Amino acid sequence: MDLDSVPQEGNATLGGHRKAVYARDANGRMVIAASKGWEAEEIVTRHAVEALHAQAQEARQRVQAGTASPLEYWMYERRMDVALLSQTSGYWQWRVRRHLRPEIFSRLQARQLQPYAHALGLSLAELRQLP
Amino acid sequence: MTTTTHTLAFQHQHAAHCESGVISNLLRHHGVPVSESLAFGLSAGLAFAYLPFIKINGLPLIAYRSLPRAIIKGLIGPLAARFKFETFRSPQAGQARLDALLASGQIVGLQTSVYWLPYFPPDMRFHFNAHNLLVYGKEGDEYLISDPVFEAPVRCASADLLRARFAKGALAPKGLLYYPSAIVRKSVTPEAVRAAIRKNCRAMLAPVPIAGVRGMRWLAKSVGRLPAGEQHSADFIGHIVRMQEEIGTGGAGFRFIYAAFLQEAAALAQLPQLAGYSERLTAIGDGWRVLALKAARMVKGREPVDPPAIATLLRQQADQEERFFRDLQAAVR
Repeated sequence: MDLDSVPQEGNATLGGHRKAVYARDANGRMVIAASKGWEAEEIVTRHAVEALHAQAQEARQRVQAGTASPLEYWMYERRMDVALLSQTSGYWQWRVRRHLRPEIFSRLQARQLQPYAHALGLSLAELRQLP
Repeated sequence: MTTTTHTLAFQHQHAAHCESGVISNLLRHHGVPVSESLAFGLSAGLAFAYLPFIKINGLPLIAYRSLPRAIIKGLIGPLAARFKFETFRSPQAGQARLDALLASGQIVGLQTSVYWLPYFPPDMRFHFNAHNLLVYGKEGDEYLISDPVFEAPVRCASADLLRARFAKGALAPKGLLYYPSAIVRKSVTPEAVRAAIRKNCRAMLAPVPIAGVRGMRWLAKSVGRLPAGEQHSADFIGHIVRMQEEIGTGGAGFRFIYAAFLQEAAALAQLPQLAGYSERLTAIGDGWRVLALKAARMVKGREPVDPPAIATLLRQQADQEERFFRDLQAAVR
């Protein structure tokens, strides 16, 4: 990559930050240059963020319809999935899946909710409902 | 109570990759003149690994560089250095140790999650646990952080940093902190440069299916089998690029860093022919960019999702890198 082809396309996912990239200057030396971002990166990052956002919104609708617990919404809102929530909360995956059912979730005691609250960075009150 | 620990002499430098950036900033602070690219090359940091059994958000881990901590550990030999690595069972102990080290004037490297660092732009906050940063001071409740992938130093509240250090999941940092306890050699010998290049060639040509050019071919095979036109296929293809360009700072980017290293190595190891290899690797890096752009166009729907086309490009990259590393191996023998 030559210095004048360092992308400066303003990748919005960088939030205004610039990233350092290496490129070849006019004398053929590799030097560090600051890049405002590349469209290709923006597309794939956006795609991943939107996929996670869509999961959270679908979960929100299920919670409102009474077919899922708020835990499912928060799991996706925090960009996690069952495997990761299991690792971060310490619950086995089958238990996490059970807790995604509203009738099971509503019976959980504060003590049992605490690992989720901690893993998701929420208070117990927040965890129990949609924002 | 306000506690202020501050190391004024510290100089932050923007880097392309977190670990090589952290370690070169740290070593320069200790009087060893290494650039990011030299640190990256000397530790044989260029790699490729396809780890389908480690999932990040349900997609396999694809790494375009060596495992976390490998860059730091790779520098121990060439510099005859010793590093202390400490992990902690409890966050409280981890924070107390960090504060004590800062109070004693140390600059401390940390492994953290990206997700829980509030100074990252929201779209970049994924659950990726192998980020590296340096802490060079504390003011009140805020840590002063040199995060090498940011242009300028940043600040982070202690509760947030603690959470990022003790995030769980794949590659959990467990509060890892590190700092050099001794650095015997403050310059780099030609022999160390040659040995590092040989080591990197061996890693890229390793006879295991998950690593190096073979890992690329395995990934190509997995991609080639994906059904066209399905959401999961687009997610997977986007993920290849995202691991390449964003989280890991770049599959192409790493090739360019190594190309910069080869230019430095040509002078350091008195091997002028390495300059030509730098050119060649830059061209290979451009090939990774072509792949990223094509994949992004598929994800965006500007061209049909065509997994076999991505697989073909991956195989081409693998073939080129195989030839490149075989020739480079012969050149430094």
